[in-house]
Amino acid sequence: MKKQLLVPAFASAALLVLAGCSSDGQSGDGLFIDVPDIPMAEELGAAEDASLDIVAWSGFVEPEWSDQFTEDTGCVVNRRVAGTSDEMVTLMRTGEYDLVSASGDASLRLIAGGDVAPINLDLIPNFGDDIVEGMKGQIYDTINGQSYGVPIGRGANILQYNSEVVTETPESWDVVWEADSPYAGQIIAYDAPIYIADAAVYLMTHEPDLGITNPYALDETQLAAAVELLQQQNEIVAEYWADPVAQITSFVGGTTVVGTSWEVLRKFTEDTEKFGGTLPVEGSTGWSDAWMLSSEADAPNCAYLWMDYTSSPEVNGAIAMNFGMAPANAAFCETSDEAAQHCEDFNATDEEYFSNVWFWTTPIEQCVDGRTDVTCTNFQQWTEAWLTVKG
Amino acid sequence: MTTTAQNRAERTATAVPLHRPISTALHKRPRVRLGALLALPLTWLVGLYIFSLALLLITAFWLVDPFTSLVRPGFTLDNFALLFSNPAYISTSLRTLGIALAVTALSAAFAIPLGIFMAKIASPWMRAVLAVAITLPLWAGYLVKIVAMRITFTEEGFFNTVAGAFGLSGPGFGIPTVIITLTYLWFPYMALPVYTAIRQIPVNLFDASADLGASGWTTIRTVVMPLLTPALIAGSVFTFSLSLGDYLAARFVGGANSQMIGSIIASNINLNPPVAAAFSVVPIAFVVIYLLVTRRTGALERM
Repeated sequence: MKKQLLVPAFASAALLVLAGCSSDGQSGDGLFIDVPDIPMAEELGAAEDASLDIVAWSGFVEPEWSDQFTEDTGCVVNRRVAGTSDEMVTLMRTGEYDLVSASGDASLRLIAGGDVAPINLDLIPNFGDDIVEGMKGQIYDTINGQSYGVPIGRGANILQYNSEVVTETPESWDVVWEADSPYAGQIIAYDAPIYIADAAVYLMTHEPDLGITNPYALDETQLAAAVELLQQQNEIVAEYWADPVAQITSFVGGTTVVGTSWEVLRKFTEDTEKFGGTLPVEGSTGWSDAWMLSSEADAPNCAYLWMDYTSSPEVNGAIAMNFGMAPANAAFCETSDEAAQHCEDFNATDEEYFSNVWFWTTPIEQCVDGRTDVTCTNFQQWTEAWLTVKG
Repeated sequence: MTTTAQNRAERTATAVPLHRPISTALHKRPRVRLGALLALPLTWLVGLYIFSLALLLITAFWLVDPFTSLVRPGFTLDNFALLFSNPAYISTSLRTLGIALAVTALSAAFAIPLGIFMAKIASPWMRAVLAVAITLPLWAGYLVKIVAMRITFTEEGFFNTVAGAFGLSGPGFGIPTVIITLTYLWFPYMALPVYTAIRQIPVNLFDASADLGASGWTTIRTVVMPLLTPALIAGSVFTFSLSLGDYLAARFVGGANSQMIGSIIASNINLNPPVAAAFSVVPIAFVVIYLLVTRRTGALERM
């Protein structure tokens, strides 16, 4: 798989940055993305008096650990919870926030829009060897060798099934894609344009002639094939979920028996015996979140202090456990038995597991798989295509 | 006692002249009087409501950067062309229209018999209970009600458990459930005006109708219905326009194939505001057409 080749390339690019060599050339596979030139902080100043305004997913900024931060640094934390990546991008564009916990489908847009600044990882001592390899220098937060994000945690979009109906663990995603699925009418799918990538992941294995090498780099023919697959799926889908509550009630209430899920949602069913989860052979999509610093931050020093504070094993682990994801800092896993169990449940240090996971990345016109002879489809085309699937 | 009364009288006597200059001044200047009366509501209406609506409509002509989704002022009709170029969008618009009409019809079908019963047959005590029962859902949060409907209609939910006893099964998630949910949400807006209108029909009209030999059904058709039309239209404006704009019902109980106009707007609102603005014109157009049609019937004048 191409991605496995990419990881070392990006990791080495990140190491260069870690070593303090600012690399302004091209990254790993010759992919150069034109982004606005925004200065990076050279050194850390004193904590500002201004409040630190953070846009975050629910559960990322909690008094449990932000109070201690305020006590240590004097920076007052002001949290704004966002529900979707699009909302995060919109909020960051207002310039009123200092930090955001961006997922991969928002980060490229923020970087290209000049909304976030490059991050000087030297100023974040906790970003060190303990950060899991798979989250260093990924395409969604490292552009042209320059880091824009400090990883928080990650998770895969897994295939969840009701073991009372689906008695054998499905090996393939075919149970949710093929028209002759034995579970037709009882399937749940994710409700967002980025779900097109899930169709692309399936096509990578089952329609190799299409030549998809990265599910986020689809030319028009490949996008059309993915949409066709999604339309085929529409016939057998019971419903789509965007809201976690809807997904849980759908499984627990018996409306659906198989479909896309997150490890944490499986836990929330409170019956992990009945509801199994698996990562099928085709691999899957997933999400990875990172702190990103606004280019108009009025409290950049506080923001750096926060990024460092939350990268420590304890705080990073607390966020990961609270949200239900794999922490970025592997050192957390050795802090207690409970932590070790959490890391085990969420495959925190299992790079082989995550090597099969394509983390959400904003599709852009420039093909992120490195092709230069075609134009790829951008996120707006994906949004339009997605609405066609459900229309 | 007398002193207290006197004191009070004196106090009133001294207090009144203090207020007089304002009322005298206002009395002399009718324009200022009118201005003072309308200043607040007009600021609200023009400043917040019409101005933001106009901004929204202007945005529909603007451009958006495909990569960063930053909005740029400009002029393009592409966003409107999108409404017609894509068959999926046309079917979504028609589906939304159908759902809104069905919700309105269903609400009216429930509201009329209920209104007649409450206003003319029920005891005062029963009437009070029913009035509370109708308005009670308004007290709960909107999202809570939709999630409640969702839980009711899941495969192993309340509806199927009860209906299963009679060998029936529920509609599952789909357009019928969206219609039921929206009817549940907007029913009070139809039921209350209809009930009030029926209460205002004098009882002797029913007597006169019966004396002239009309059956109960004929009375409803020829006496009650014409008097009810304004109330039905008032109620239907609510149920119709609220249903047109909804997207959460479709998201939570809509199943696989009930995308509504609101769903398209919600998907685009952050990423591509011009397209969202262009789509928001569709329900506005539907409502304007609806109001023009009802105006022709003369019902709006009698509202």
